[in-house]
Amino acid sequence: MIHRANQIALFFAGYPHDEAVAGVLDHFKKFWERRMRDQIVAYVAQGGKGLHELALEAVKRLQ
Amino acid sequence: MALIQEIDYGTPARIAETLVTLEIDGKLVTVPRGTSVMRAAVEAGVQVPKLCATDNMEAFGSCRLCLVEIEGRKGTPASCTTLAEPGMKVRTQSPKIAKLRRGVMELYISDHPLDCLTCAANGDCELQDMAGVVGLREVRYGYEGQNHLKAEKDQSNPYFTFDASKCIVCSRCVRACEEVQGTFALTIQGRGFDSKVASGPTNFLESECVSCGACVQACPTATLMEKTVIDHGLPEHSVVTTCAYCGVGCAFKAEMQGAEVVRMTPYKDGKANHGHSCVKGRFAWGYATHKDRITKPMIRAKITDPWREVSWEEAINYAAGEFKRIQAKYGRDSIGGITSSRCTNEETYLVQKMIRAAFGNNNVDTCARVCHSPTGYGLKSTFGTSAGTQDFDSVDDSDVIMVIGANPTDAHPVFASHMKKRLREGARLIVVDPRRIDLVKSAHVKADYHLSLLPGSNVAVINAIAHVIVTEGLVDEPFVKERCETEAFEQWRKFIAEERNSPEATEAMSGVPAADLRAAALLYATGGNAAIYYGLGVTEHSQGSTMVMGMANLAMATGNLGKRGVGVNPLRGQNNVQGACDMGSFPHEFSGYRHVSDESTRKLFEDAWHVELQNEPGLRISNMLDAACEGTFKGIYIEGEDIVQSDPNTQHVTAGMTAMECVVVQDLFLNETASYAHVFFPGSSFLEKDGTFTNAERRISRVRKAIPPTAGMADWEITMALSAALGYPMPYQHPSEIMDEIARLTPTFAGVSFDKIDELGSIQWPCNAKAPEGTPVMHIGGFVRGKGRFMITEFIPTDERTTGRFPLILTTGRILTQYNVGAQTARTENNVWHAEDVLEIHPFDAENRGIREGDRVALTSRAGQTTLHARISERMQPGVVYTTFHHGFTGANVVTTEFEDWATGCPEYKVTAVQVTLAKKMSDWQEHYLETRKQTTQIESKQILTGAAGD
Repeated sequence: MIHRANQIALFFAGYPHDEAVAGVLDHFKKFWERRMRDQIVAYVAQGGKGLHELALEAVKRLQ
Repeated sequence: MALIQEIDYGTPARIAETLVTLEIDGKLVTVPRGTSVMRAAVEAGVQVPKLCATDNMEAFGSCRLCLVEIEGRKGTPASCTTLAEPGMKVRTQSPKIAKLRRGVMELYISDHPLDCLTCAANGDCELQDMAGVVGLREVRYGYEGQNHLKAEKDQSNPYFTFDASKCIVCSRCVRACEEVQGTFALTIQGRGFDSKVASGPTNFLESECVSCGACVQACPTATLMEKTVIDHGLPEHSVVTTCAYCGVGCAFKAEMQGAEVVRMTPYKDGKANHGHSCVKGRFAWGYATHKDRITKPMIRAKITDPWREVSWEEAINYAAGEFKRIQAKYGRDSIGGITSSRCTNEETYLVQKMIRAAFGNNNVDTCARVCHSPTGYGLKSTFGTSAGTQDFDSVDDSDVIMVIGANPTDAHPVFASHMKKRLREGARLIVVDPRRIDLVKSAHVKADYHLSLLPGSNVAVINAIAHVIVTEGLVDEPFVKERCETEAFEQWRKFIAEERNSPEATEAMSGVPAADLRAAALLYATGGNAAIYYGLGVTEHSQGSTMVMGMANLAMATGNLGKRGVGVNPLRGQNNVQGACDMGSFPHEFSGYRHVSDESTRKLFEDAWHVELQNEPGLRISNMLDAACEGTFKGIYIEGEDIVQSDPNTQHVTAGMTAMECVVVQDLFLNETASYAHVFFPGSSFLEKDGTFTNAERRISRVRKAIPPTAGMADWEITMALSAALGYPMPYQHPSEIMDEIARLTPTFAGVSFDKIDELGSIQWPCNAKAPEGTPVMHIGGFVRGKGRFMITEFIPTDERTTGRFPLILTTGRILTQYNVGAQTARTENNVWHAEDVLEIHPFDAENRGIREGDRVALTSRAGQTTLHARISERMQPGVVYTTFHHGFTGANVVTTEFEDWATGCPEYKVTAVQVTLAKKMSDWQEHYLETRKQTTQIESKQILTGAAGD
């Protein structure tokens, strides 16, 4: 899950920061099933260690 | 129903602006300039006798049977090689011509066996027909002289015989092999009376022949003859249908005796194949009646129990009961389903409808997940829709062809022949592939550049090509300004021009010499119409979607879109990958690629289906398996897909399958996935189906039922019955009604119906009010999304890295004679060519490991280990090994890992770090596999023999 989220973040990292976070967030919303979103939200709630900063920011907006 | 007899015009059609009018036997006829007199005669309704001419190859003028008289000209020219001219007056019959023709026929027959009554071609022999047409009544020369009547028969090929005693040396087979197939395996050996057709210095089986059947199709006698016709006799009726193998979607005539197929012959009016075929579609259809076919529904409580044959009613009710029980216990989202690219559009649509409406969730996915899902994401992001941009015929206008991560001669052979024809005409070729595929150098085809990149470096290479185009000032500025989003383009231009994307900077990562890459980039940008064709070597990477976007960027930057001869063209792996995606079988979108969260789209479906639908994406295949391992996903319905063999990291797949409480498999055979199933619904082969397939060029073609469903119920009827048992009836009377519903709910299919397809032959979507007869080339004048969008495609190396422990890269693929998981082809004579998957390894790597040709080797990754036999091959680079996944026992996916495309979850089949060592015995996994298969395929007291073979 962390690896998947970071791979998404790495793609959007080529874009300006706000656009990149929006891109990652949009990806989570469009393609991740509820269980997966719940899992990553719970993971971030515990600190989100190892998550790319863009993924971290996006997940926080997912909550 | 009757046997379809297609008209043979003798020579190919010509396209010309200028027309010429001539008179043939008193009839005026107007034809395009360049048309032969022979063809013009047929157009005028006049048949000129012929033997060496046929209309899918150029005139040869050797048989001297088509002689005619032309007013004002001396002699009797051959009508096949004489072009129609304005005012020409042609006579096809006269006493002089009749005498000449009889003389020619007499010579032919003087060296031909007179066994017509027992000949396999009796009733379907052009030589026999022509003898009748010219009125041959005697052969004055006798048979005592030198002749070929005792020439040896070559029966080495499993599908056809070559009986040299019946050959008239018309060269049609040789020319078909050259002009139609492009293999050049046949030749005329010797001179004069000693001339004979030869498959090189050996027999057909050992020769370079690829068994496409073009020579058999072309043969006017019984020299080249299908063994099925020899065994069964000639067919009496035919049904036009669509091949169930690759994404080319060839049209075939299923030629029948009653309810038995006698042969499959390619249909000339098929717009994808124009009368050509490959070994799979033409000959490998025997699996449909293979003894392994399961013909009765079966259930069992545990996968270790033997299967119990039951009635359809009991099986359907059992499956529905289990799904209801699981949902009641674990929740609505605890079940899901998978559909397949081997299903028709109508079947796929029904499966996703049942899951969304009857299961009440969006947990539906399709095998496109593991092949071309990045195509959907990448092309939708840049162009606005998930589809190849061109029709196949567009390649006729290509000046430069760039083939990336595809091996068309093996995986899409009929289109490869079309492409090779264009290459022989002078189009330039760039191949981007780690392997030296056949297109790099084969008969009369040679790539201008072979960019032999390291697996995993696709994006670095495409970025470097774009870098050259941008920094050398080769961008088609007017196209970009008019057709693309300016801000996104400028953002991309700035990114791609950075030095780190240059060929010199990326050379170390990709292994592609900078000079070669620069030259290839210049050719692509300046060589005229440039088309990209790509395959799974693009998509099955951790950056698969990024690479698709990179290719789209390149095409937009050079203006290579929106006209013939250009474009970005995915070569879809299976027959209905495009259709499966179109039909809404992904968990996040309805048919026509509309997201489930879109209120107006969802309302449309809710109103039509009379049910409330989820507005959030469901689970993908890999997510379903993860959830199963975690204990939240407990039941699955799988139609036509074998995920245990085809999906990566087999151990993870089987762990997920084992964790489920109800697995329902609908298939022809007890495939590998069925080993983990509790319910088995016997499905139908393509010969038993009614519906449509959509090929790689968006062409929707009819699949017509040639024989009744072996198990008594068609696949669409099984899904309907299951849905009804779940409490959601879908009462269609015929698959055409399903397509009507698809058309009502899907704007790009609005004009599609079975009647319309029957009328036009096939239709390329979008087909609607704007394009009532379909759309061969997309994005003319504007993109589906409005303006094209350049995307930033940063190269991010895969996390799958070679190490001291796993120093080699494994890349997997497919070969000509087998198809996907081998369920079909491995149950045919195609095993003669490929009885097992082998490991291709470079001589350098082999020598370092003491490996010799044919040695059993262990292939080990961090995911698992299997064993197979080695083939030493310089097609591979040092450091890269290759295998196929066609046979269950090989377990190629035991070795592949869980890494996947960042956007779509498409597995990274093309890059796995491995070690190869000599092995003395099969791997532990293989031993376990054989044991599991033995245990899980028992039918009460019967033992099922599967196509998978151990050694």
